[in-house]
Amino acid sequence: MESLSTKHLLGIKQLNPNDINLIFETADNFKEVINRPIKKVPSLRDITIANLFFENSTRTKLSFELAEKRLSADVINFSASASSVTKGETLIDTVNNILAMKVDMVVMRHPNPGAGIFLSKHINANIINAGDGAHEHPTQALLDAYSIREKLGGVNGKNILIVGDILHSRVALSNIYCLQKLGAKVKVCGPPTLIPKYIKSLGVDVSYKLDEALAWCDIAMMLRIQLERQNGGEFDVKYFPTLREYSNMYGLNMQRLNKLKKNIVIMHPGPINRGVEISSEVADSSNSIILNQVENGVAIRMAVLYLLASTPSFSN
Amino acid sequence: MKNNRLILNQTQIDLTIQRLCYQLIENHDFFQNSVILGLQPRGVFVAERIVAQLKTIFPEINIPYGTLDATFFRDDFRRRSNPLIPNKTKIEFIIENKKVILIDDVLYTGRTIRAGLDAMLAYGRPDLVELLVLIDRRYSRHLPIEPNYVGVTVDSVTSERVEVNWENAEGKNQVILKANTKI
Repeated sequence: MESLSTKHLLGIKQLNPNDINLIFETADNFKEVINRPIKKVPSLRDITIANLFFENSTRTKLSFELAEKRLSADVINFSASASSVTKGETLIDTVNNILAMKVDMVVMRHPNPGAGIFLSKHINANIINAGDGAHEHPTQALLDAYSIREKLGGVNGKNILIVGDILHSRVALSNIYCLQKLGAKVKVCGPPTLIPKYIKSLGVDVSYKLDEALAWCDIAMMLRIQLERQNGGEFDVKYFPTLREYSNMYGLNMQRLNKLKKNIVIMHPGPINRGVEISSEVADSSNSIILNQVENGVAIRMAVLYLLASTPSFSN
Repeated sequence: MKNNRLILNQTQIDLTIQRLCYQLIENHDFFQNSVILGLQPRGVFVAERIVAQLKTIFPEINIPYGTLDATFFRDDFRRRSNPLIPNKTKIEFIIENKKVILIDDVLYTGRTIRAGLDAMLAYGRPDLVELLVLIDRRYSRHLPIEPNYVGVTVDSVTSERVEVNWENAEGKNQVILKANTKI
């Protein structure tokens, strides 16, 4: 029987296509479970999972927590703002303290890239990266690819366009790895200030004109403009003059879609800035699979937790 | 593999399935309140044949039939080197207050059936649950579980393995008792 090639889910980069397909096949079964009258299975009943969120999150945290509870795991939650981190405790100390309470798995979001990898080298629990800085957000990429597979029957050979803030986006990087491993062609589109300089070394195409790029793609994945990084954000850098100008050049609206002579699938990892990167009309249209993405998120996270927890614990 | 013993051949399987169907009819009349669940992965093969046979006996009656996977309810999760890979559950009805006929191919330790009984409860509280198996490996139970309908009872030792083959999976309908060469 198959198993994952890794003990942790740190990024899509470390997975191979077989791992991704195993996660998808397992998620198919969990999708059926979460649509049952009783949506819970006892698989992880003897497992304790710590959700460590050193950075704000609403939907990822909710989705993980729901997935864990649907699998009957015991869950402890931790958020940085309400913890000793604000008192100066280091990451490794915080986590060691939590592990001393006999935790089997850690789901972690952290503002620093590589935090998950660092942790996996120092502690003996399965680590799941729920977003590390601008590095990776593997479960989001898995649920995106899974949603494409569900909608179009497969990912292989599809043209997928990622639009917006590629520079700050861990979702974009994980999606590029994931979609390419599954055989899709990926193009990114956005203002030059928000496209990383060496993005082409990942084997993706770059376009600065949204209409041209839309005509090429089967799926358009719109990314959130990270408003917190605009107008007096961290380093007070302006990446584009105004939101209105961004919306005019890179926002997806009905006029743009109507100009295309084909139907394309619209995705967004959320949260949506309606009227900025995507108009309400498009976000709520029948082409949009944004809410399917959310539902699939729970199934994918259940599959990842289930497969990582499968490594034997009682033999020694 | 000279120690292999044929337990049922094609004809015997057909006759056994037929007999099991008539036994079911004795207890379930016209199946007004009964449903059939085939346990994944291999019980489904038996269940499909039972359903098809009942259909030839009662062409006008539609008996609700589903497949049940008990993987997430098994008691050996995290106790094996590889993950337990699940199969499809497809039950498009509620089993609340129904008579459930649970079907598997081989009853051995009873652990799969225990998991199946738990998995089933996600679809309601049945009035009654009965177990039908094609092969009952006697004296090898780990749990107090016994079948209501048995195709054939087999006496075997732990090192032996009962293999049920089907035409649409392995090319031939037969049941063989195999001596395990590994032990």
